[in-house]
Order: sequence, then structure tokens, then C-alpha cells
Amino acid sequence: MAKTIVEDNIDILVAGAGLGGTGAAWEARYWGQDKKIVIAEKANIDRSGAVAQGLYAINCYMGTRFGENNPEDHVRYARIDLMGMVREDLLFDMARHVDSAVHQFEEWGMPIMRNPKTGSYLREGRWQIMIHGESYKPLVAAAAKKSADKVYNRVAVTHLLMDDAKENRVAGAVGFNVRTGDFHVFKSKAVVVGAGGASNIFKPRSVGEGAGRVWYAPWSSGSAYGLMIQAGAKMTQMENRIVLARFKDGYGPVGAYFLHLKTYTQNCDGEEYESKWFPALEKMVGKAYLDTEASHVSHRPIPTCLRNHAFINEVASGKGPIHMVTMEAFQDPHLEEIGWHNFLGMTVGQAVLWAATDVDPKYENPELTTSEPYVMGSHATGCGAWCSGPEDLSPPEYQWGYNRMTTVEGLFGAGDAVGGTPHAFSSGSFTEGRLAAKAACKYIDDGKAEGIRVSQEQIDRRKQEIFKPMEHYKIYRNEIVAGSVAPNYINPRQGLDRLQKLMDEYAGGVTVNYMTNEKLLQIGLKKLKTLEEDLDKIAAENVHELLRAWELKHRQLTSEAVMQHTLFRRETRWPGYYYRGDAMKVDDDNWHVLTVSRRDPNTGEYTMEKAPLYHLVGDIEDKALAELKASKAQA
Amino acid sequence: MPTFVYMTRCDGCGHCVDICPSDIMHIDPTYRRAYNIEPNMCWECYSCVKACPHHAIDVRGYADFAPLGHSVRVIRDEEKGVIAWRIKSRNGETDLNLLAPITTKPWREHIPQLADAPAPSKEQRDSQYLFNEPKYIRLDDGEIHTLESNGLEMKVGVYY
Repeated sequence: MAKTIVEDNIDILVAGAGLGGTGAAWEARYWGQDKKIVIAEKANIDRSGAVAQGLYAINCYMGTRFGENNPEDHVRYARIDLMGMVREDLLFDMARHVDSAVHQFEEWGMPIMRNPKTGSYLREGRWQIMIHGESYKPLVAAAAKKSADKVYNRVAVTHLLMDDAKENRVAGAVGFNVRTGDFHVFKSKAVVVGAGGASNIFKPRSVGEGAGRVWYAPWSSGSAYGLMIQAGAKMTQMENRIVLARFKDGYGPVGAYFLHLKTYTQNCDGEEYESKWFPALEKMVGKAYLDTEASHVSHRPIPTCLRNHAFINEVASGKGPIHMVTMEAFQDPHLEEIGWHNFLGMTVGQAVLWAATDVDPKYENPELTTSEPYVMGSHATGCGAWCSGPEDLSPPEYQWGYNRMTTVEGLFGAGDAVGGTPHAFSSGSFTEGRLAAKAACKYIDDGKAEGIRVSQEQIDRRKQEIFKPMEHYKIYRNEIVAGSVAPNYINPRQGLDRLQKLMDEYAGGVTVNYMTNEKLLQIGLKKLKTLEEDLDKIAAENVHELLRAWELKHRQLTSEAVMQHTLFRRETRWPGYYYRGDAMKVDDDNWHVLTVSRRDPNTGEYTMEKAPLYHLVGDIEDKALAELKASKAQA
Repeated sequence: MPTFVYMTRCDGCGHCVDICPSDIMHIDPTYRRAYNIEPNMCWECYSCVKACPHHAIDVRGYADFAPLGHSVRVIRDEEKGVIAWRIKSRNGETDLNLLAPITTKPWREHIPQLADAPAPSKEQRDSQYLFNEPKYIRLDDGEIHTLESNGLEMKVGVYY
């Protein structure tokens, strides 16, 4: 049997160190110079998380230094893009700090492109700046390593430990080494969950090897949600999954193409197609959310989901494929080079695919597609835990102590883990990690983590639970001659296939054109419950499969939250992300609220509630938009 | 099959095993060389390709949609601070060499050791500042943004 390794007396444990976790580990050292800071990461922090292969842009930078934007401008942008459903206190807080993270990245050596005329950072769009970010992750990992006392690479955290002395207080975490199979116990006063959102929950469009070319990393296993849901933390906006319009099959990024290279889309007949779907769509969502005139004169975006809606409907009407028109922009050799660099910097697989299929975007307009849905909280979507905001910004319903603390005491989140904060991206996730770390230090300094007790019973129980799939395999493997078909177990791949199929068919995946309804969700929830029972009989042949088994369990917990939230919100808030066929309109009278859930850790029962939605008001109007409104009021 | 390893180049050093974010580069017990154990969990992120000291790892695009006969190769050099790519298409008509910086400064030297920074005061602890703030927000004497400073309030209801 593998060893048990106990790391005791930790002050701050960072569970999962992508951009959020590295930010937390780095900043924690400043506010807790005498504190013990430990990282547990299932991969190697030099190349882990969603930014493992790099980024070609930082998508969240205000530029207050160059007089470009104020934090409230970004809040307004994220609010409209998400059809109103955001935590504006958390967004404002992230936005007012994010520039200081980016300025430090530059000081550490990140190559940020400059506008040669103005000297300011080269803008790709209003919020995006262009970088040579191949080494983004090794750079922030170096910062985290400078601050942390210890980094445990290849240790997958499976559960949080709970205090046996005081209810609803965190006490650390447990997991295992994915190479040695050692059992790891981390006893810690506070935990910052920096783990990721979820790919591979909905059936992917690809059928074989290509399933690895998911938009979000295949190693994003929903562990942020799996860990926190198991601990009984409240979650928010879990119905708000995201669908991406991307280059077909390779899912290469389109942001730089649209914003910087000025490429655009058209249907099979070479026509612009979006505007013809907008009048009907405006009836579905209301003018507050889709106002093409206002978007035309101002910076107000047309929400990402609504543009998806036009794409999906155009294809369904027989006018596919949708093309990205690159043939004009790519005649400029400089822009052509940027187009390729953009892929190499963050989605190499798209460059591989174009090379394989002889796509030369100078002479051919490549195809686009809409992806399978993903569950995460830092792109144009805001799934995650229900977290406290900072004391100087948040209304009482949003504030219960410490910034970015979940409803479990001492349990903090960053990046995908925090709900209601879309458009944080890499820099905003790092910033959230910093905010969580400072708050976690304060939590400890205020004496809130005194008297924590972890019983041996809890540790032993978790250990048995963690390694059960390997025991189960050992026992039942000999029932059969050979192969993967057994009457008393399924392997992690078989379980994942089942999860993806049922999420696709019942919760609005690609094969049903993103459609679901109450009946479908109720059937889906039943099937998820039986899957959960079968996951008790999941078998792992080796420790690598044990990793896949626990990733699957985290994905299953994430999926259940997605279904419960989707069932609760009886409206179609984000057409183009998913549709509730039995409530096809935005319903502001009943659903201008945030959805909040809690899964009882003892019974597995869900309770759902509505939380009030606060908006920032005051002088945050887009100037051009305000003028348009004023002229209309006069007329 | 996303990444694969050339038999004659790999010496089993394990750099790829150490770095792979998906835990799919493993050492084959018979040949003592690395291989991709789970191609459909490979993101083609190139972390292992960049880490291999013998250029023994390459990528063959996903079989469900990528035809054979292409090549995207890379050399990443931390000391020179650059990454060099070569892309060759199946029909040979695209053959691009692309170079990009990966850092502007020597590795790790310009990241401060926060354990040695002057300890934050109580006032800083009770404020909304993070390390180096408010200075690093705008790199001038400007203050951090608050609801008050920006003339804002938070209200329940439908306001856009």
C-alpha cells in the first residue's frame, strides 16, 4: 500500500494553481510573511491550467494609466454581455485591481506589445492587449514558487477537509499523488480553491482523438465546483454554461481575427446574416438586451450568446457553413503573420489543422462552428461559488466577512471558482487569487481559524473513499477473462461517455441544438443520480485511471449543479448558450435575479434560491449611448 | 494521435512525463521510452514537445479531422528568450518560419521575493490595497477606485 504523507500546520493551502492559484500563492506571502503557504496541483505548475500553452492576448486590462477605461466601464460591458446576470461588486473589485497585476507581469519580463505611436499597450479590442505570451504560465509559476513554502506537483486534490470542532468550517484538503499513489493530507487554516472549470461535460462534436481538442483544456475537470459542492458551499449561476463560435474542429481563437485583423463572418452565399435574425430575437429578449442601434453608436456590445443565436439559426436554416472572411486582411503580410502567431501562441492545434488541410487563409475563408457547451467562470460566462464581496463595495446580501470567501468559513475561491464574475480571463483570475489570498491572511489573523480539529476518522474515511476504485478493480477484475466489459464496474472512460451523452441530450448540447425543457431536465437528473450510484463502482486499473475516476466524479457533481440550476431558472436568459423550450423568453419580472444552490453534503439534496441582483448606477453611462437616449427623449 | 514519440530519438529522460498537464506522457515499460497513453485527452498544447531535449516528440493532427502529411515544429530557447516555429502544410505550399519573444528579461530575476519586502502596516492591511498598490494600478499617485470616488451606488432592480 502506498504511503500516507501528512503536511501539518499549513496556513494557506492553494488547491489547483492555474492563473488564480498562482496569484493567490504569490500574494499570500506579502500579507502573511510568517505564514506557511503550500500549493497542491495535479499537474506541474509550470504548465498547468487553462493557460498551459500560453496566450496571445490579455483579455482584461483597463488601461486607467493611459486614460482608457474605468472599472465601471468594464462592469457595464460584462453586465450587458451576460444579459444582466453578474455580481457587479466582485466585477468592479477585480477591475480596479487588474491593471496592477498586468504592470507587474511586464516588470517580470512578459513581452507586452506597444502601440508605437502612443506608447501605450497595443490594443486588440477595448479590453484586450496583445502579448507574446507563450511563457505566461512559467512566468506566473515562477512568482508562485518564490512565495510558496512548498509546491506539491502531481497531487490531485479530491476533497476538502472539514473542521470536526465547528460546523461549516474548512480544515484543509486530501488527495493523492497521480504517479506514486501516495495519500496526501493537508491540514490548513484556510484554503483557496484555484482549480478549474469543466470541459468534456457535454458530448463533444469530435468523435475520436479530436475529443482532446476541446475549447477549454481537457484537464479542466470541474474540480473547482466538485470540491466546493462536496463541502456544501453555495453555488451561483451554474446554468450559465458557454458555447463558443470558433474555427471549426481546431477551436482556434477568433478574438484577434475580429478585433485586430478586422475579419468578419458570412454565410454560404457570402452574405452578412446576423442582422436578419435580430428583430425576432429582440422580441425574445427585449430591447434592454438587444439594441442594435445603440450598439452601433456606442461601445455597448451585442451579447456573445445573441451572436451565437444568429449563427445557430443561420446554419439550421440551411445557410451554412459560416465562414470567417480572412482573404482580405491576410493580403497584408504583417496581418497574415499575426494570424498565425495568434494560433501558435495559444491554440497550436489550429495551426496543425490548417497545415493538415492546406488552409491558406489568403486564398480561402476558413469555416467556423459553434462548440459544445462548457462550464466555467472566467470567460463570457460566470459559473462558480457564491462568494462574499469586499466590505467597501458590496450590499449586505453579498457580504459576510471576507472578500472571495464562499459560504463555507475559511474556504476562498479565485478564477473559475468564483461565480458571477465573467470576463476576468487570465489577468482577472490572477487578480482574484491575490484578493482571496489577502482576505485569507486576514481571516487567520483575526483568529477565525482557531481550534480546528480534524478527526482521524475523517481522514481514514476519505482515504478509503479515494482509493476505492483501485480496490474495486482488484476485486472484480478476475470475474472476467479480459477486456473492458464487466458486470460489476465501469471504467472512467465509459463513465465519461455516459455523462457526456446524457448532458448532451437532456441539458442542451450540440445534437439537440442547445435545447432543453423541464421534462428533459427531470429525466436527465434521474439518469445523473444512477450515474452517481454507478460511480461508486467505478474501477481504476492503475493510479492514472484513479485520476480520471476522480476527475469524472468532479465532472458529475458539476453536471448535477448545471441541471438543477437550468431547471430552476424558468426562462431562456441566454439564447445561443441554451434554450428552455418551455419558456423561450427572457423574463425580467420573475428572473432578474441570481440563482443560488446548495447541495446538502449528507443527503445530496439540492435547495435552490433567488438572490437579488444589484446594479451599479450613477455616472456609468456610455456617453454616445446617453446622447442617443437623450435625442430620442427629445423627439 | 496528437503527440507521438520517435523511437530512435527518445532516450527516456522523462522531461515530457514531468511537464504534461494531462498526465498522458508515460514511459513504456518495455522500450523505456515515452509515449502518449491517451491521445483523446491530448490538447496539442506542445508543452512536452517544447520540453523535449532531443526533439523526439512531434504532433500528428487528430485523426478524425486532420489529414496526414503536415508538420508544425518548434524550438523554445529560454536563454535567448525566443521561440521559433516552422509550419509546413500537406501540399507543401505553406512553409512558414515564425519567431517570437518569450521574455524581455532574464528568467525569474525580476520577480520580487515578498518575504523580504517591508512588512505591510496595519493601515495597509485594513485597506483595499494589494501588494504594490495603489502605485501599480496607474503608476502615478492616483488612488484606488471606489464607489464614492467614481460617483456610483449599488441598487436592486433593473437598471441598464
